[in-house]
Amino acid sequence: MDYVIEMLNIRKEFPGIVANDNINLQVKKGEIHALLGENGAGKSTLMNVLFGLYQPEKGEIKVRGDKANITDPNVANALGIGMVHQHFMLVDTFTVTENIVLGSEPRKVGTVDIRKAEKEVKELSERYGLNVDPKAKIRDISVGMQQRVEILKTLYRGAEILIFDEPTAVLTPQEIKELIEIMQSLVKEGKSIILITHKLKEIMEVCDRCTVIRKGQGIGTVDVSETNPTELASLMVGREVSFSTEKKPAEPKETFLSIKDLRVKDARGVEMVKGLNLEVKAGEIVGIAGVDGNGQSELIEAITGLRKSESGTIQLHEKVITNLTPRKVTQSGVSHIPQDRHKFGLVLDFPIGENMVLQSYYQEPFSKNGVMNFKNIYKKAQELIDEYDVRTPDAYTKARALSGGNQQKAIIGREVDRSPDLIIAAQPTRGLDVGAIEFIHKKLIEERDKGRAVLLLSFELEEIMNLSDRIAVMFDGQIVSQVKPEETNEQHLGLLMAGNKEEKAGGQ
Amino acid sequence: MFSNKTVNILIPIISVVLGLLSGAIIMVAFGYNPVAGYAALWNGAFGDAYFLGETLRQVTPYILSGLAVAFALRTGLLNIGVEGQVFVGWIASVWVGISFELPMIIHLPLAVLAAALAGAFWGFIPGILKAKLGVHEVIVTIMMNYIALYISNSLVRNVLTDGSDQTDKVAKSASLASDWLAGMTYFSRLHWGLLIALAMAFVMWFVLNKTTRGFELRAVGFNQNASNYAGMSVGKNVVLAMVISGAFAGLAGAMEGLGTFEYMSVKSGFTNIGFDGIAVALLGANTAFGVVLAAFLFGTLKIGALNMPTEAGVPTELVEIVIALIIFFVASSYMIRWIILRFKREGK
Amino acid sequence: MFKSRFLLMFSLLLAIGLILGACGSSEDGGEAGGDTNEKEEKEQTSGEGNGDFSVAMVTDVGGVDDKSFNQSAWEGLQAFGEEHGLSKGEGFDYAQSESDADYTTNINRLVRQDYNLIFGIGYLLQPAIEEVAAQYPDTKFSVVDSVAKGDNVASVTFKEHQGSFLAGVAAAKKTKTNKIGFVGGVDGDLINKFEAGYVAGAKSVNPDIDVDVQYAESFAAADKGKLIASNMYSKGIDVIYHASGATGNGVFAQAKDLKKNNPDEDYWVIGVDRDQYEEGAIEDTNVTLTSMVKRVDIAVQDVANQAKQGEFPGGKVLEYGLDDDAISIARTNEEALNEEIIAAVEDWKEKIVNGDVEVPSNRDDLKTYVDSL
Repeated sequence: MDYVIEMLNIRKEFPGIVANDNINLQVKKGEIHALLGENGAGKSTLMNVLFGLYQPEKGEIKVRGDKANITDPNVANALGIGMVHQHFMLVDTFTVTENIVLGSEPRKVGTVDIRKAEKEVKELSERYGLNVDPKAKIRDISVGMQQRVEILKTLYRGAEILIFDEPTAVLTPQEIKELIEIMQSLVKEGKSIILITHKLKEIMEVCDRCTVIRKGQGIGTVDVSETNPTELASLMVGREVSFSTEKKPAEPKETFLSIKDLRVKDARGVEMVKGLNLEVKAGEIVGIAGVDGNGQSELIEAITGLRKSESGTIQLHEKVITNLTPRKVTQSGVSHIPQDRHKFGLVLDFPIGENMVLQSYYQEPFSKNGVMNFKNIYKKAQELIDEYDVRTPDAYTKARALSGGNQQKAIIGREVDRSPDLIIAAQPTRGLDVGAIEFIHKKLIEERDKGRAVLLLSFELEEIMNLSDRIAVMFDGQIVSQVKPEETNEQHLGLLMAGNKEEKAGGQ
Repeated sequence: MFSNKTVNILIPIISVVLGLLSGAIIMVAFGYNPVAGYAALWNGAFGDAYFLGETLRQVTPYILSGLAVAFALRTGLLNIGVEGQVFVGWIASVWVGISFELPMIIHLPLAVLAAALAGAFWGFIPGILKAKLGVHEVIVTIMMNYIALYISNSLVRNVLTDGSDQTDKVAKSASLASDWLAGMTYFSRLHWGLLIALAMAFVMWFVLNKTTRGFELRAVGFNQNASNYAGMSVGKNVVLAMVISGAFAGLAGAMEGLGTFEYMSVKSGFTNIGFDGIAVALLGANTAFGVVLAAFLFGTLKIGALNMPTEAGVPTELVEIVIALIIFFVASSYMIRWIILRFKREGK
Repeated sequence: MFKSRFLLMFSLLLAIGLILGACGSSEDGGEAGGDTNEKEEKEQTSGEGNGDFSVAMVTDVGGVDDKSFNQSAWEGLQAFGEEHGLSKGEGFDYAQSESDADYTTNINRLVRQDYNLIFGIGYLLQPAIEEVAAQYPDTKFSVVDSVAKGDNVASVTFKEHQGSFLAGVAAAKKTKTNKIGFVGGVDGDLINKFEAGYVAGAKSVNPDIDVDVQYAESFAAADKGKLIASNMYSKGIDVIYHASGATGNGVFAQAKDLKKNNPDEDYWVIGVDRDQYEEGAIEDTNVTLTSMVKRVDIAVQDVANQAKQGEFPGGKVLEYGLDDDAISIARTNEEALNEEIIAAVEDWKEKIVNGDVEVPSNRDDLKTYVDSL
């Protein structure tokens, strides 16, 4: 038997629910094995069982053919199982090396032999093409680099089987490309990889085989070479899923949002938006494409009143909204689906029901004479929960307890329900599974068809291509080019996003 | 093994038990009888109506200072300045109490209101500095404590009296003291302020949980970014939270100024009402009802402890260690929560 | 939500109650409540305590080891106990106050434990004594260092200005720099008496002498005492008289620190209330020049005895002074307090006792006195 990992008939219960029910996972040596499932399907639970964080109620685990009893992560480490967490577990103020050796420091007469560790880290980094500076401080390096430090951490501890938990969720397209190369070189060196994901594109690109889980149950394992994204998606969701979002041609009407010569500085005082001009018409979706860090976040914060504009004007219809307070902007008919839903979109410690009125809590019927009317609030919340298919035990559950997709659906319900004239959707589907993505895309198009202006910001080119009626490419604080999706392709967009203006003519 | 609800109930109980246990161990280690010691504590706090009265009297300012800390914490602010706000509230209430001759129905509310306003003002300053300039409230409030202490000493000596170190007693019409309550409790200093404190606990619960403003305050406390995104003015809510917190603290000062002492004297140091308020708020989980119960525990310990040296012969120093240990365990409930959760995980 | 919070708090209350309750009843051997317990205690107190007279005192925040006022009073009570064969807790005892909020509680508790005579040590306890005395007319009270109303209260005061005058004489004689200092506890009538006497005494010896007067605003802040002393000594002052309770410990500490490092320089402290010779000792030398001894112990013992004999001076103000030997200048540091100084002190004492000199006891009188020199 050449399986390095075998998880057989695993069952894991939590009070009230069965998270894993009779799941089988068999990983061959030297393969990249995808673990596919919707958010909340039980992927993370299964991996936590493998990593020793949970003990299964039933079933057995074999590592390299021998039955293993993995009681805690240390046992998993000893068996050569390493986990690259989605949320990095790194100490910001420590160097790369210090973070890597943390917990298993090489000692020399009672002190940590950091020299030796640095040398080892450097060797490992070179061997797998990770290109990490062992002496850099974590806070000074990019998110992509931090992820490589997490990978190095597992390799340093001698991992043979690496579990990647949604590794691309936090990365830019370029970083994703590099990560895929790293995974391929790891496999070449004889490591085995389990990739937890719900991104079909990635599976098709790098994986050898794929195990699908749906609602806690194992659906089966398929060879990636013998399947296609549509089949995988329907296995995962349990029904047919349409990928290319269907939409009618846009019928743009009058210009609704117009931005002229806008200049915005970031928190450090660096100018990030440098004289930007952009128009969005009612009844169209304008997608902003660009590599992260070219001023997109600052642009959206300036429109929504969260950040001060230095100069220029932002106009809604006739009304100038430059530097109004967020509330004034909202009341002018703008809805904002924020990029970071945990930081901006929700008060995680509030019940989901109260989050549903986060923008309107002060208005009747939710509040009268300064006193809240929770009955009306929860009535409204329940309506939105039903309408937008937010899966939650009830409206009183804390927002924190919901999965990312359901949190996002709640935000979208809240923002769309206000019947705004302009919807700003920043990365509306980040980290969500196909089912939720499909739902959200459909909603945005519906709103467009109702004659609303939609400004979409996304780092997923596919999303931009699918949804936009017009694509505005942002580079270095300006819109450098505007194209129609049917007149371009990802390669062309990629070049534009890199600031390559020469290609503009050639592409069209 | 345990549900979250059980954990929440278990933590304060375990804290108190551990505190009492470790206090007992200390007493045994030094050759004193812990049973006698705790019996003395119990008798000193509840032994008869007098002690019960004194305990409730001590509980009164603790409820208010605990509410003050808790209210600020719910909005994400650490108000270390409750101590100073108690001082200004105290002096303001006494000032009004000794300066006017008015019918009680006007005089008493006026004196109480003066205390609340003075405390509110003392909270406003760190609040506005935080909102406008981003100065951390902890630093400002610590400084404001000293300013309050020395200003009130100077006022007592130079303005309210002629060089004396204690003001006159407040007029009868401004006093919270009650002959009826005192009579019932063998001349304890129990006063009507307890009702004000309990009413304020209700006010805090109502404001935070039922009003639109409270919704904003809590939202700001949990997530300033999201509150800003939702159109709430974070700065305004920060100032407001400090003002309300200060008003509660000022009322705690009025309890001392109009109830317990009925005068203000030159103080050589802090009263600790405000600092103990921090522990009261933490133990009470920052909820109004929790604060009332935690204040009750602290008042009991404070008054009961005085009886330990005379009745059980435990030296004062040791009593202080024992009380400090109990408070330590109670305040470090975070640690106990952590341990329980660890067991919980292993149990699974 | 509400329910869980309620449950949480309820169980908290229950826990406290249960545990404390368990402690209470286990001592009673199952009998309910703490009352029985207390009665037993009372019986013990009155039963075994010699005769049926018991006496207790309440300290201010300084405590009975403040090396000053409270300690002196406690020594008086102990002497009283020894005289009548009593022991601590049975016949005499003290209660220590942690803050000014505790005064009334402590006094009340002692009343409720059936002590016959209760001393409030220090003027800070005057309002509390007065208040409780009015509530319990059958119990005897005494306040030291202040005057309290009530027929069942004996007020014990001292003519500290007289003793301070002599301390001023000694300081003026001893100083080489003609700069001396005064550290007061809390600025008020009582300590102003010390200040006035001290300044008057010093100016009587040398009208041009420089007296630096500072207040620490506390009787229990040794750190402030140390700071003030450090300032004074660095300004060239070589004798400091402190009338500041435990704050004075800081003055001693600073003088000793300086003396250790510069053995040839002079850093003198004049103690207060009791002979503070011990506090000034370092190795083979001593920084305590003398002390203005206020025999609180004599006064306390005296009042206790009078009460025991049924001659309690209720409603009276007792003044203890130089003529009663309840005020004196300590002569323990024979090396420092030389013949010449002693002669001068004796000389002035004579004049005071005879009435030739009227020692000022407040700042106004002091001004008149100094102007008349």
